[in-house]
Amino acid sequence: MQRIGVFVCWCGSNIAGTVDVEKVSEALKNEPGVVFSTNYQYMCSQAGQDIIKDAIAEHKLTGIVVCSCSPRMHEATFRKTAAAAGLNSYMVEIANIREQCSWVHKDMQSGTEKAIILGKAAVAKVNLNAPLTPGESPVTKRALVIGGGIAGIQTALDIAEAGFPVDIVEKKPTIGGKMAQLDKTFPTLDCAACILTPKMVDVAQNDKIRIFSYSEVEEIGGFVGNFTVKIKKKARYVKEDVCTGCGICTEKCPQKKVPNEFNMGMDNRRAVYIPFAQAVPKVATIDPNYCTMLKTGKCGVCAKVCTAGAIDYTQKDEIIEEKYGAIVAATGFNPISMDKFDEFAYNQSKDVITSLEFERLTNAAGPTAGKLLRPSDGKHPHTIVFVQCVGSRCDACAEKGKEYCSKICCMYTAKHAMLTRDKYPDTDVYVFYIDVRTPGKAFDEFYRRAVEEYGVHYIKGMVGKVSPEGDKLMVRASDLLANKQLNIAADLVVLAAAIEPDKSARPLATMLTASMDTNDFFTEAHPKLRPVESPTAGVFLSGTCQGPKDIPETVSQASAAAAKVIGLLAKDKLMGNPCVAQSNELMCNGCSSCERVCPYGAITYADKEFRMPDRTVAIRRVAMVNEAVCQGCGACTVACPSGAMDLKGFATSQIIAEVDAICK
Amino acid sequence: MSKEMENLKSEIIRSSGVNPKKCMRCGKCTGTCPAFDEMEYHPHQFVYMVESGDIEPLLNSKSLYKCLTCFACVDRCPRGVEPAKLVEAVRLSVIRKQGANHLKADDIPALLDDEMPQQAIVSALRKYSK
Repeated sequence: MQRIGVFVCWCGSNIAGTVDVEKVSEALKNEPGVVFSTNYQYMCSQAGQDIIKDAIAEHKLTGIVVCSCSPRMHEATFRKTAAAAGLNSYMVEIANIREQCSWVHKDMQSGTEKAIILGKAAVAKVNLNAPLTPGESPVTKRALVIGGGIAGIQTALDIAEAGFPVDIVEKKPTIGGKMAQLDKTFPTLDCAACILTPKMVDVAQNDKIRIFSYSEVEEIGGFVGNFTVKIKKKARYVKEDVCTGCGICTEKCPQKKVPNEFNMGMDNRRAVYIPFAQAVPKVATIDPNYCTMLKTGKCGVCAKVCTAGAIDYTQKDEIIEEKYGAIVAATGFNPISMDKFDEFAYNQSKDVITSLEFERLTNAAGPTAGKLLRPSDGKHPHTIVFVQCVGSRCDACAEKGKEYCSKICCMYTAKHAMLTRDKYPDTDVYVFYIDVRTPGKAFDEFYRRAVEEYGVHYIKGMVGKVSPEGDKLMVRASDLLANKQLNIAADLVVLAAAIEPDKSARPLATMLTASMDTNDFFTEAHPKLRPVESPTAGVFLSGTCQGPKDIPETVSQASAAAAKVIGLLAKDKLMGNPCVAQSNELMCNGCSSCERVCPYGAITYADKEFRMPDRTVAIRRVAMVNEAVCQGCGACTVACPSGAMDLKGFATSQIIAEVDAICK
Repeated sequence: MSKEMENLKSEIIRSSGVNPKKCMRCGKCTGTCPAFDEMEYHPHQFVYMVESGDIEPLLNSKSLYKCLTCFACVDRCPRGVEPAKLVEAVRLSVIRKQGANHLKADDIPALLDDEMPQQAIVSALRKYSK
């Protein structure tokens, strides 16, 4: 028979305001097994915890029930309290009489009644609790960062700085991500390449960091501390360790008509290419969709001109298997497609471009060598219209666009407008906005400078239609403050397209069993208090894969994710969760139902010898649970037809006892 | 808001199926409206004025009959507010009291085709009857 102590918390007036705590502790005194019951203003305070410790010693308690807030809040606190007093942590049960009781009830009588019932259920469960000891598992001291943009780069550098090896997997031929495509960065206007490329070089030179470029994650198995990952290194038909990055092949390749994705398709590259001058690794890649040699077997120019002998047309995709203790998702974003926004004529006119295309048009390494020229005729545009919120802040039911604010567009548009006026003062620049959102250090000052010092015309209103007429773009828009409709003959229209998570994020989330929101952004374990961790243990989030972010925020989050990874890798052993499934071999009939439903692959089968009642020995196939892999979800306990599977700490008998106590 | 306006507002909202609270005041409807110059009150004003219960000026405005029912504002509204439906509902609240339709109901079947929005027919039936 257990000796149970009950501790009812007032939580100030949070609980005591709607629940008669005195009545609750009095009522629970008479429950079977209860030898002590009390209440206190704040059980989680030091004084409250001392009450629990003293009671455990004085009344020789073998189990305790704390009637307080959600176990998500303070279960860990009270388990530590019990352990400090020499009681097994798993002999503690929480009855949630705050979130599930006092906060949802208005009437004291019904609140009190429900609190007593919840307390009774917890007491009934503790009566059947048994002490549990968590198992230990080793930690592989290596991290995997998926995505090599500024988020992945910063996370990898910080983890390596702490002395742990890191691998970066990047699907493109070079790391650098979106930031490498940008011209200047707000609000300080330093050049993106000038601050990014030194970091890329740091990554390349760091002996703790390996870069798997032009590679993708194929398969992820295992669990926190012990992930096994298969990485596909796609064939680039160039020997990475031999290529010197001299670029002669990229000049001699006769296939010149390949849209250059780095310049947003605004110019062409060759079939063999290095994305940009500062690429890391600086190694050529042959695009198999365009290479004449790979398609027809006739060409071979690059192999002839390569003095290093790095070209290898027979290269095959390679699968690398590696073990990791922690995984960081840093898969980034893309601007959404403008195909559904016919009213802006994006697909009709070359002179309607997205903001990322505008970045390339103003970038010294871009298709126009930094001169702002119209894509259609190469002329300098004299009237430019910027349209904000294209596809952002849309209705949830709308077929096109996203419901969220993309967060970065207000600032980069202010930057584009300001830089245009600075370089080309003869240009009229209009920005159509719904709201200007500039929360951030020195952000609003930046926007005001665009208006006050650089004379950018900010107009509250929205562009309704863009129609190409001759070499002009007729822009029809509203000016809400003047209650007017404007018709502007523009030379260039720039759309601030909404951003969305990269398409690779969803399949990755499936492999990681990490959760996502309806927009395919990774969900954090807690929106405020655990913003860089996924709810899946050992998986961390860095950058825009978690939500729209600018560069300063991305870098902060990337470092925060690294700190969490370092905290994990610094441990030699991880304490497991002892509330895992166990199979009663005497009852198991080897049907495999549990193995089929287990989402973690924690169940295997083995043939075991059993001594039968007639003293013969029979061999039976029985289920075995890998306790380190089991997450304690309980799916197997429901699937098991013979009742052999049970969950430690949440045994069927305990749950039935709770239900009985509630229904009594 | 007077009781009478309160009732009229809820009637307009009910019959149009439009929720003016969804409007984020971007003005894309007005930026896109081909009848802008003809209208005293523009699509975004219809939405705002109905929501704030300032409906009296709309009832007496010629704007009601200048809306082409082209549905450009409905198509382009990022928030799915559907201003043209609201204009139509205000228009109907006036016309229903006046009677006398522009078209006869019997004329309608001959005018129907698959491309035409049903509401355009209803508009045609009523808006020129003044």
